[in-house]
Amino acid sequence: MTESLLIPIIMTIVGAATPILLAALGELVVEKSGVLNLGLEGMMLIGAVTGFAVTATTGYAPLGVVAAMIAAAASAGLFGFLTLTLTANQVATGLALTIFGIGLSALAGENYVGQTVDVFGSVFPAALAEHPVLRVIFGYSPLVYVSLLLVAAVSWFLRKSRAGLILRAVGESDLSAHSIGYSVIGVRYMAVLFGGAMAGIAGCFYSLVLTPMWAEQLTAGRGWIALALVVFAGWRPMRLLLGAYLFGAVMTLELHAKAAGFSLVAPEFLAAMPYLATIAVLAIISARKTGKSLAPACLGKPFKPSS
Amino acid sequence: MKTFTRRTMLKTTAAAGALPIIGSSALAADPLKVAFVYLGPIGDHGWTYAHEQGRQDVIKKFGDKVATTIVENVAEGPDSERVIRRLAEDGNQLIFTTSFGYMNPTLKVAKRFKDVKFEHATGYQRAPNMSTYNARFYEGRAVCGTIAGHMSKTGVAGYIASFPIPEVVMGINAFTLAARKVNPDFKTKVLWVSSWYDPAKEADAAKALIDQGSDVIAQHTDSPAALQTCEQRGPMAFGQAWDMSNFAPKAHLTAIVNRWGPYYEARIQQLLDAKWESGDTWWGLKEGVLEMSPYNEAIPADVQAAAEATRTGIIDGSVNPFTGPIKDNTGKERLASGALGDGDLHKMDWYVEGVQS
Repeated sequence: MTESLLIPIIMTIVGAATPILLAALGELVVEKSGVLNLGLEGMMLIGAVTGFAVTATTGYAPLGVVAAMIAAAASAGLFGFLTLTLTANQVATGLALTIFGIGLSALAGENYVGQTVDVFGSVFPAALAEHPVLRVIFGYSPLVYVSLLLVAAVSWFLRKSRAGLILRAVGESDLSAHSIGYSVIGVRYMAVLFGGAMAGIAGCFYSLVLTPMWAEQLTAGRGWIALALVVFAGWRPMRLLLGAYLFGAVMTLELHAKAAGFSLVAPEFLAAMPYLATIAVLAIISARKTGKSLAPACLGKPFKPSS
Repeated sequence: MKTFTRRTMLKTTAAAGALPIIGSSALAADPLKVAFVYLGPIGDHGWTYAHEQGRQDVIKKFGDKVATTIVENVAEGPDSERVIRRLAEDGNQLIFTTSFGYMNPTLKVAKRFKDVKFEHATGYQRAPNMSTYNARFYEGRAVCGTIAGHMSKTGVAGYIASFPIPEVVMGINAFTLAARKVNPDFKTKVLWVSSWYDPAKEADAAKALIDQGSDVIAQHTDSPAALQTCEQRGPMAFGQAWDMSNFAPKAHLTAIVNRWGPYYEARIQQLLDAKWESGDTWWGLKEGVLEMSPYNEAIPADVQAAAEATRTGIIDGSVNPFTGPIKDNTGKERLASGALGDGDLHKMDWYVEGVQS
């Protein structure tokens, strides 16, 4: 019984957590560089529709994922141009990007509604991927393993690498970084493009793995959960991993609890949970009085060098 | 709620930006001008698509005797009033507003434009020049329930539901009653996902229901995500609003298909004949506003025959899905004999025996 119930539950949790993790990981790097991009949902949708369209046309899912990364990064580049080069307000531009992404993906995907593609399934041999127990390790889409590798890579990049230190410097004190000769705008552009590409993979996870189809607003608001997750995790990649799986577990276990005939909490409360948890974390952070906020100091501030 | 807000934002921009008015073909000397207001895009997965098919039927039947106009992506609420008023000002003589949330705006405009006829889908407010119409979707669910009762080995169905409004509740009950007629121990596990449309959540809900022992999945949500999950995992499932079998060729047993064409044709004909009257129409299988999509070949012939018997029985009136005795899921008797009336159905807020919610 445990085997037949526990393993599917774990697999569902991983499925629910992975796209949020991917999108949030990209946003974390963006925010670490001092830029707040609220356009995650829009970029995810652009990635989702591009990934689906390319996969449906070529029949080759990895190509779809790459195309999704490029398309979502391109939309992020537009955001970068407006906010970094033209120093437009980041919050307003990010929200506009979300609305733009919803509309653009609906338009681009019109001809793909009702089509199907094969699930971007496991890369491991069926003996492992469909084994009743071992599938809990081997039975996922390659994107799941990619997401875990990326968490480790981003964590290492931000903490240990020189480029990561520069990126954090740009996010903590843009003027200092600028005065010692780093290109603040250049670094932020790279971060924004990376965030876009990650959102593109996250979008693909919906349109190619979880529900291999295209329909308008396929991501149904997960981009906002990813945004909350970044704050919830205190801008730390490893905590982000924990947080994503925690959010995924809460979403999945509640469904199981209800299907088993009892409800832990009202469904409305559950839908609000990621945001409530984030508010709680923010409250705890600010109550700690360590004098240091976890948020990058320059988050959301446009950078205009005076000379 | 956030989903709705952003959807609203999108639709507001879409409507303000373009007011995409397509299809005005003034060919005949004096065609009847008919307008349709749609909630979603024509390319959604069900509701708006089905209404658009109805309009296509109208065009096929009346040719250049009518000139139709559509406006897609109209947000429910105040924004729709502007769209509806504009359509009335443009000289449309009959305007169909196809979502529940257009009710008050339609009524407001109807009071201003006494010479224009209005038809509002799924609402309950009427005026001398404003009718309401809906379909008896629960009849189709009784056919699905009959199939589920025969096909399910575990005797447990999973039912992915959106919001506990009477329309959804009566669907759950009709499904369960029909299944229990076949298998008296049949159970329906209802899982509320608090959304009409959230593919990832619908898929996860299907997984949870399957893991908890359901081997047939029904849904009252709009995406084919649950069907895809069933196709991968093995259980059977029913489509929603239109034939979704291309998403799940093996799992898809049948679907309830919404066909608004017969109603639209009838009302337009009445207006052409100057016989249009305000009223409330609640048609079903009999009048052809809903149909069952082709049965999957995997359904054995005797089960198909039983499903057909339910369907034809509903059409000729010998079968009523809500025939007593009916007990609710707390054991209380709700109906000793006879059948529930439309009034009872319209305010149904309890579940029949066998429903676990």
